[in-house]
This record gives sequence, structure tokens and C-alpha cells, in this order.
Amino acid sequence: MAEWEPVVGLEIHVQLKTRTKMFCRCESGFGAEPNTRTCPVCLGHPGTLPVPNAAAVEWTVKLGLALGCEIAGHALFHRKHYSYPDLAKGYQISQYDVPLCANGRFLVPGPDGDREIGIVRAHLEEDAAKNVHVGGAGGRIGGAAHTLVDYNRGGTPLVEIVTQPDLRSADEAKRFLQLLRQTIVELGISDAEMEKGTLRADANVSVRPRGADELRTRTELKNMNSFTYIARGIEAEVARQIEVWDSGGKVVQQTYDYHPETDALTVRRTKEEAEDYRYLPDPDLVPVEPPAELVERLRAEVPEAPGARIRRLEPQLGFELAEGLVASGRDRLYERTPGERRAVANVVMNQLAGAGIDPDAVDGDELGQLVEARDRIPRAAFLEALAHAGDPDFRAERYLAEAAVADVSELEPIVDDVLAAHPDEAAAYRRGKQGLLGFFVGQVMKRTQGKADAKVVNELLREKLSA
Amino acid sequence: MGGGLVGATLDTLRLTAEEAMGLLERGEVSRAELRAAYYDAVAARDAELHCYLRLTEDAEGEGVPIALKDVIGTEGVETTAGSRILEGYVPVFDSTVAARCKEAGLSLLGKTNTDEFAMGSSTENSAFGPSRNPWDPTRVPGGSGGGSAAAVAGGLAPWALGSDTGGSIKQPASLCGIVGLRPTYGTVSRYGIVAFASSLDQVGPTTKTVRDCALLYGVIAGRDPCDSTTVDVPPVEVPDAEHLKGLRIGVPRELNEADGIERGVADSVARAIELAEGLGASVEQCSLPRSVEYGLACYYIIAPAEASSNLARYDGVRYGPREAGGSFDEMVERTRDAGFGDEPKRRIMLGAYALSTGYYEAYYGQAQRVRRVIAEEHAALFERYDVLLSPTSPTVAFLIGEKAANPLAMYLSDVLTIPANMAGLPGLSIPCGLSEGLPVGLQLVGPQFSENLLFRTGHALERALGFDYVPERLR
Ligand SMILES: [Zn+2]
Repeated sequence: MAEWEPVVGLEIHVQLKTRTKMFCRCESGFGAEPNTRTCPVCLGHPGTLPVPNAAAVEWTVKLGLALGCEIAGHALFHRKHYSYPDLAKGYQISQYDVPLCANGRFLVPGPDGDREIGIVRAHLEEDAAKNVHVGGAGGRIGGAAHTLVDYNRGGTPLVEIVTQPDLRSADEAKRFLQLLRQTIVELGISDAEMEKGTLRADANVSVRPRGADELRTRTELKNMNSFTYIARGIEAEVARQIEVWDSGGKVVQQTYDYHPETDALTVRRTKEEAEDYRYLPDPDLVPVEPPAELVERLRAEVPEAPGARIRRLEPQLGFELAEGLVASGRDRLYERTPGERRAVANVVMNQLAGAGIDPDAVDGDELGQLVEARDRIPRAAFLEALAHAGDPDFRAERYLAEAAVADVSELEPIVDDVLAAHPDEAAAYRRGKQGLLGFFVGQVMKRTQGKADAKVVNELLREKLSA
Repeated sequence: MGGGLVGATLDTLRLTAEEAMGLLERGEVSRAELRAAYYDAVAARDAELHCYLRLTEDAEGEGVPIALKDVIGTEGVETTAGSRILEGYVPVFDSTVAARCKEAGLSLLGKTNTDEFAMGSSTENSAFGPSRNPWDPTRVPGGSGGGSAAAVAGGLAPWALGSDTGGSIKQPASLCGIVGLRPTYGTVSRYGIVAFASSLDQVGPTTKTVRDCALLYGVIAGRDPCDSTTVDVPPVEVPDAEHLKGLRIGVPRELNEADGIERGVADSVARAIELAEGLGASVEQCSLPRSVEYGLACYYIIAPAEASSNLARYDGVRYGPREAGGSFDEMVERTRDAGFGDEPKRRIMLGAYALSTGYYEAYYGQAQRVRRVIAEEHAALFERYDVLLSPTSPTVAFLIGEKAANPLAMYLSDVLTIPANMAGLPGLSIPCGLSEGLPVGLQLVGPQFSENLLFRTGHALERALGFDYVPERLR
């Protein structure tokens, strides 16, 4: 309904791919046998102390800079207390009132103009372990026969990013997340894959009459593990809230799980039961004080923001193609590939993506030659060449030479043969049935197994048929 | 005093660690003979004193043996911190201080008794029964490091390590007539020490002499990459000073005239201060008004708050005893109910309350601000004085059971040690006399990293005082 406006904020967790965990020297990462990547520190043994992972701190600062944040000169780690078997120490080390990064903004261009999304904070914390509840219903601890805990994930570095409630549609939220993900991937600090849980996002959703300034009661949406599900979850929750307000009800502050299979939202817990985390500055850790020189060095390493790149490419390509290229990380290849801009953009965005080629492995100049030749060579040959465009020693020239028989002396006898074999069609063409040209091209291609240069064949045929 | 070798037997009551080191170096006794002498003393007196929670008869190390307070984690040796909730818990790693002792060749005699999680001033809060004072077994040895202090004073160990949060090294040393150092916060690693209140906990030596104290501090002090709060430490000097010329001594009125300081204690300390003047020091009265008035109150917010957090890991999930059955929450509740004694429960409740939303600023936040005031007040005094002197404990050793039912009276045992601890300052306690036949401790407090100065001062006073650390009844 047009008179309601969604107000959405996101809370995003990014698992950093540092070699070791946040506060111990255990290897981090997936796939190991349960509880093999653990030590006394991440198991919370008595007397163990956390030692911060310097790479994780640097990467968080770098991400903060990419999000336009101010970097704290004196950031603190706090202990956040709650009791659950996935938390070895009874508290999670996180950041509270002085996060490493705060007050940023992130540009999200849209089809109808640019949007700046405020970043409240980006802070560093440790991940919890993984619980597997066995027996009972619902995969929850209540009712489970027993719970298995895998502490391999416990203590992995996580960055939590909190946005202002600046997003105004499910689509915008999705677009923000895609550009954020692209930023993270380009910084090389995380794989940021929602399916694997290395990127997780929760949404705070409320609605208000369009044009109003107020913030109405918001709900929290969890359990959405793809960009599409996030958009769908937000859409479903917005629709639900509008219906509640329209029917004279009141939205209640609650947490919902989104179930993509059924598009349903179920209540998780009400805020009255919210825990008191008893935040305490962690006395085992000294303040994190990133030196100014380090911050400046990291700032210089941050690539141009995706939003700015979309804005730059938009005039040549239009919004959709520009966004597509940037959001998929293909715009760098596009930019280093010479040739007609739209043709290059289309090849990079469509065929190359379709062939599953890593754009960073492709030599732009070689690809440019391929794009330039694509109307001259058979489609099959073009696609075959593209499929190898990511090979380390790929040379377009070799494929073009192999693919296209463009030599007139070689093609002329074949063209003559084809015309001789189809005298009726040749006569019909000469009487004005020009559509038959394609038929003759097809015949030549058949005889050359598709290797003939289409442009040369066309020229030869026209020449001979008009003679 | 010296000696040690009485005929063929070693007099462990009198033998200092330094002398034992000499005997070993000169080959006059073997490692095995030395350890056997201490185990003989254990056999003779530990049934009465209950210094040790367990002995480690097959420990390695060619040097002088040592006893470690049971909050100090030892690989392969059960470490309970005096609590049922860690009964049977055997660390898979050495604390940094235990590792440094091993590297120095010190062989472990055993783990000594402590108030549960070092919470207490008498060892009566140990889940495994109290230790007793070698000077009078009807009295407490102080706490929480009473086991270590009684072991050294009773000749059951040449030296020992303790840990000090509010006074757990200095106060037992005082009550047992020996030397105890609480080092500057950050000079000794806390890695592997069962945590009580992390911003206050500090490991330190309990010894017969100041020279032993400096030697042992030299073994354990120094930056540790496993403890972010540690710093580089100036080289440790073993003292041989005999005078105090040029030393400026401040005598904080509030620490020397506080309510509850026993007459005999005040007299002994006053005589020691006179003696210091005789050794060439200048002595002046000074004042620490806010540190003493607010120190104890702040301590009893900060320490329980941090304790409530540090003890949150004891849930029966990964180690220690578990009271199984019921839901997860019920299991944790039952495990903690059975595993924690009254004092940890009391402090967890106090601490969790002080950290709760809506109370944090009024309690923990305010206490941290007062703590800065205490540090500043001390820093200002150290512009005029090198060392501050006072009694370590307001009383001599009290009777077992005397304060057990009154937590507040027990908390007051640390009223004189807490201010310096809150400021992160080093404090040395040396015996300075007897009151009613029981030892009195003199507390020397210096600025941060002034351990060498405290050793020099303590050593000169120790020589001049001539206090005999062997308990009278055992001579
Ligand atoms: Zn680990």
C-alpha cells in the first residue's frame, strides 16, 4: 500500500577469515572434525587469558574505513554475559560503548537516485560455538534429549555492523547487502557467504505513514540466509505490520524467524524476557589503540567504493548494467577490457559469467580482442574461446586463428561449390529474394564445420550473387 | 641466623631458599635429600597445619623446591583453587609462573591451601578445610594464601608463590611472621592463574627473607605474550643494603591510626619506623584520606563484580564436576549450588547486582572513578616520599572461627592492604615484631615498579630488626 513506508535497519555479522581465532592461536575455518580446533583459551579453562588477533583488528579497521567510519583511537573490549553451552566463558568478548568503528555512511545507488545508508558502528567480537540439539522437537535446547557442542567455531573473529534505520524497501536492503558483501570480499577479509554463515544478517523492521518522521515499534527478523530470503522476509514483515496497523491493531516488539519455504514468520521471544548482559570492560585486555599511521596505510588500501563505481559507470551503461557489473565484482574486468563499451559490458556480465569464469583471472586485452571478433567468428567458437579466457596462458589470437577461416582463397571455392549446387535458390536471390543469403551462409558454414569467418563469407556471397 | 645443616639433618624451619640453593650448588645436599627434608616436615606437621592440598612427590627440577598456591595452574597436577567446583580438574597446561619456576629448575613440592577462589582472609573458606598458623595452631594463618604462608613459616617449604587480590599475600605473611610481596600490577603474568578479580589479581612470592623474595620475584616477573596486561620489568636486584640514608618515608596517618588496629600492632610498627629513622631515613607523617575511607568499599564492588564474571565459566559443561539431569539451566544451577561455597556465592550475587543495567554506573562505574582518585592520591604522595609504611594487618592472627560468621569483620582484615592494591602498587610485608607472642607485619608500599627499592628498604630493616621467623613454639 502506497501510504505506508518501510523503515529498515540491518545488523550484519561477518566472519573474518583470519588464519587463527580472535583471542587464541587456534586455526579458524570450517570442515575440521568437531572440537579439534580448540585450546584451553577458547574452551574457557581456568586462568586462560585472551590475546587479541592483530590481523582481525586491522581488518576491522579497514572495513570501517570502507564504510566511511571514524576509527576509535582508544577502543575497548567488553564482556557480554549470558549462560548458554555455546559460550565457554559464560561471556562473549565483544565491544560495547567504544567500538573500533563508528559513524559511517555507505552509498547505495538505486534506479531512482542515490541513497546514503548510515552506519552506526562496526565492532569486533568473538563468535560462539555451535550447538547441536539432539532429540526432542524444533532443534531447540528446551526439549532436546541432549546437546552437543562443537567449539571449533567458538572464538572465531566476527565483525558486527549495525546500520541506521535508513533503508526504505526490501529491495534497497538487498541491494545494500550485495554492495556491502562485495566490499567485504574485495577487502579480502571474509568469504562473506550467506549459505555458509560467514555473512549473517538480521533486520529491524517497522513501517510509518509515508512522509512521516516518527519511528514506530520495530520487530526483529532473523534466520534469513540468502539475499533473496532477506528481501522476502522484510516484504512479508512489512505486509504483516501494515495489516496490523490498518486493522486498528498495534505492532508488538518481538523477534521473528522467517521461514522461506512457507513465507511464514514465527515469534521467537518477546523483549520482556530480554537478558541483562551485565557489560563489563574486560580487565584481561588493554584498550585497542590503532596508530594513526596504520589507519592511514589501511585507508590507502581500501578500493573505490562500489557505490561510487556504479555512479561512474552508469552514464555509459545505464543503472542496471552498471550495478550488475559492480555488485558481481565484474566491473574491474569490464574497465580493463578495451572495445565498444556496451558490447564489452554484455560479454563480461552475461557470457563470461555464464561460463563461470573468475573475472580476476582474465586478461582484459585478450578479452577485448575476442569481443571485437565476436561477430566475425562462429558463436560456438566464440563461446569455446570464452570458456578458456580465464586460463593463465590464454591468447585470443590463437583461438581466433583456429576458429575462423577468413582466407578468401580458401573460402572462394567453397562458395562457388555451394552456388553451383543450388542454382534455383541463386536465381531466386537474383530476382530479389534477398532473404536467401542466410541460406547460402548456412550451407558454407555446414561445409566448413562452422569455422568460416561469417563476415568474409557474407561479402563473398554478395559479390558473387550480384555478379 | 644462617646454618640450616644441623648435624646430618636439615633444619627446614630455619633454612632460607638462598641457603638451600648454596647447599645444592656446593653439593652439600642432594636434590632428593632436600626434598625429603621438606616432606619429613610435612609428615611431622601438616596433619596439624593443613598447608597442602596435595603433594607432588614425583615432580621434576634440580633446584630448590617450591610450593604453589592452588590457584596457580600446574600441568598434570590437580588445581582446585580451594573449590569443590574444580575438584578433579587437572590443567593441560602450566601457568606462566609455574612454567617459569620449572625453567628455573624449581621443583614442585605441592599445592597449598587457599580460601575458595582466593576469596577470604583466613583460609577458612577453603572447601577442603582451614590451614592453621604455625605460631599457634588455634589461629588462622591469614588468607587467602594461608597455605603458602604457613608452609614457609612452618618449614614445610623453603618458599612459595601466592596470589594477592586484596591482600592475600601480604596479610598471611604478616600473620605468619614471614615476607610477602605483592608486585606491581602487570609485572607478573596472570596466565594460568584461576581468576578472582582480574584487574587486581597478582602473583607474588612468600618467603623467609627479603633476599629470597627478590630471588623468587626475579624468576617470575616479566612480560608474557599470553597476558596482555603485563609489561617489561626492570632487572631485579637482590638487596644487600644496610642503611636507609636518603630514603624518604611517609607514614600515612589513616593507615597507621585506623580503627581496629591493635595496640600491640601499632607499637611494633612504630618501633620499626623509629628504627628506619635510625638507619638514616627521613620520616614524615602524611595522609591518604580518600584511599582509606573509600578503598574497602570500592574493592567490595570491583572485586565481586569481576569475580561474578570470572566464575561464570564454571557450569559443569566442559570440566569439573557436573550435577547432571534436568534442563541445561537446571544442570548449571545444581552444579553451581553444589560446587560453590558460601563466599563465592555471596560475591557472585554482589557482583552481578553491581553490574546490572541501571546499577552499573552507580556501583562499578563509580568505583572505577574512585579507584582513579586512589591512584592519584598515592601518586601525589610519591612525589614527596619513596616508601609508605604502615601495619600490614590491623591485627595479629585471630582465632579460627572468630570471624568466620561475620563476613564484614573478615573483610576489615584487608583494610590496610587494599588501598595500595587498588592503585596497582607494589607492597612488601616484612615481620617487625611480636604482639602477644604473635607476629606483626610491616607494610612497605612504593610507586609502580619500585620493587628493587622495596627490597633494599625491606632488607635493611629486616637486618636491623633481627626478627626470628621460626615460630617460638617450634624453636
Ligand atoms: Zn583456541
